Amino acid sequence: MQSFDLGKEGLRALNSALHGLKGQTNMTDWEVINPKGAHAIAAGVDAPVDITVRGSTGYYCAGMNKQATIRIKGSAGPGVAENMMSGTVIIDGNASQYAGATGRGGLLVIKGNASSRCGVSMKGIDIVVHGSIGHMSAFMAQSGNLVVLGDAGDALGDSLYEARLFVRGSVKSLGADCIEKEMRPEHYALLEDLLKRGEADGKAKPEEFKRYGSARKLYNFNIDNAAAY
Amino acid sequence: MCGIVGLFLKDPKLEPQLGAMLTDMLITMTDRGPDSAGIAIYGGGKDGLGKITIQSANPEKDFKNLDGDLHDAIGQPVTMLVKSTHAVLEVPLGQVEAARSALAQLRPAVKVMSVGDSIEIFKEVGLPKDVAARFEVSKMKGTHGIGHTRMATESAVTTMGAHPFSTGMDQCLVHNGSLSNHNGLRRELIRLGKTFETQNDTEVAAAYVSQKLEEGQNLGQALESGLDDLDGFYTFVVGTHNGFGVVRDPIACKPAVMAETDQYVAFGSEYRALVNLPGIEDARVWEPEPATVYFWER
Repeated sequence: MQSFDLGKEGLRALNSALHGLKGQTNMTDWEVINPKGAHAIAAGVDAPVDITVRGSTGYYCAGMNKQATIRIKGSAGPGVAENMMSGTVIIDGNASQYAGATGRGGLLVIKGNASSRCGVSMKGIDIVVHGSIGHMSAFMAQSGNLVVLGDAGDALGDSLYEARLFVRGSVKSLGADCIEKEMRPEHYALLEDLLKRGEADGKAKPEEFKRYGSARKLYNFNIDNAAAY
Repeated sequence: MCGIVGLFLKDPKLEPQLGAMLTDMLITMTDRGPDSAGIAIYGGGKDGLGKITIQSANPEKDFKNLDGDLHDAIGQPVTMLVKSTHAVLEVPLGQVEAARSALAQLRPAVKVMSVGDSIEIFKEVGLPKDVAARFEVSKMKGTHGIGHTRMATESAVTTMGAHPFSTGMDQCLVHNGSLSNHNGLRRELIRLGKTFETQNDTEVAAAYVSQKLEEGQNLGQALESGLDDLDGFYTFVVGTHNGFGVVRDPIACKPAVMAETDQYVAFGSEYRALVNLPGIEDARVWEPEPATVYFWER
């Protein structure tokens, strides 16, 4: 176990040590103490290691993550796991705005609530939120899956492309071109897997969710609307 | 970008440390606003006395014998405590307006930062740590206070453009964001009798809240009205004689974190600003909802 005191050693030292891990390494288990809301903790990691952050983090924790499993034993500030490529990020507390934004792969698990713009422009990431999500979540989401055990705020999935959104609770309002869609057998199977990997299989069942997706009306320029542009 | 910190104490035992706690929070928010900084502190007020906090670009000249000159003008006792470019004048509460008028005659270059029976505002250009040290903020005690670190967008980096803005007795407002309809609103408020010191958007928001309070609304109602009338990006923290309010615009891009324990309610633009508060590990920590007014009054 590599233990790192962020208060004493500083953010740059932590991130350079993590960036120095290339390919296979024996130092697979890391612990960061005294994070005190600092920004960019464990951003840009590209190694199959486990990192546990003992406390709450500031902006962009675990941003651009590849391969690593990063656990935050507290809450996360704005932009957690932004543009994640692969690996897993698990937050025990709440996440601030734009969690998992633009993520291309991997799994983001938020055990509390997520704030506004969760999964904005997501491009392949899977996000499982045990609580509720704020307004404008999954705005322009392109692919991947967003699973919400609680409720969704205003304008869910506005201008959505092909991401799948599963919400168990209420949706305050749907954004432009986002509609409810039928749950088919493959969606139940997908949800079952995501709930399990998202450490939520004891909390919710796939049949309790509704699916939302794109009506695909905004995809192409419509000549009849030319006067409106 | 700007940084906001705020503290509303529930536990009187913490009151002697209010300035020290706010100073630590303010300096943590330097990255968000290194241009200028300011602080409003409520407390230390003496019964029956009003406070006028003033500022001068030329304090040696303007503050020299000002207490004596004011005493001669209003015929009442006046005390003055000079702190760098600012000074706090204390006069009998009923004489505050008379003292203010006399001040405008006696020292026309002096700016009034705040007026009230408990508020004091200190603000200057410079790094938050330097501003806090210059006014010895860490030694101040009080019941609640608000601090701001500014990264200017809407008007020049000047002392008067720094936050907090005070436009009414014991009122102040700080802002992270930018307003887009402030010019029109300023004209309306001028017609209603408000006066402005700057071209700053935040001063308009402060004057708007003061106007609504004068019209009989309480702080919560005034902030609710603002949701309809103020257009732009904002997280506002507002202080009054006995209260402390928070509101974010409906889009809520500008960050805000709050923490509450039995001892205090705290506000920070980022969680970093709150990490050294006592008992923060067990505090209820949350983000204020968009377009939702929060306020605490004692």
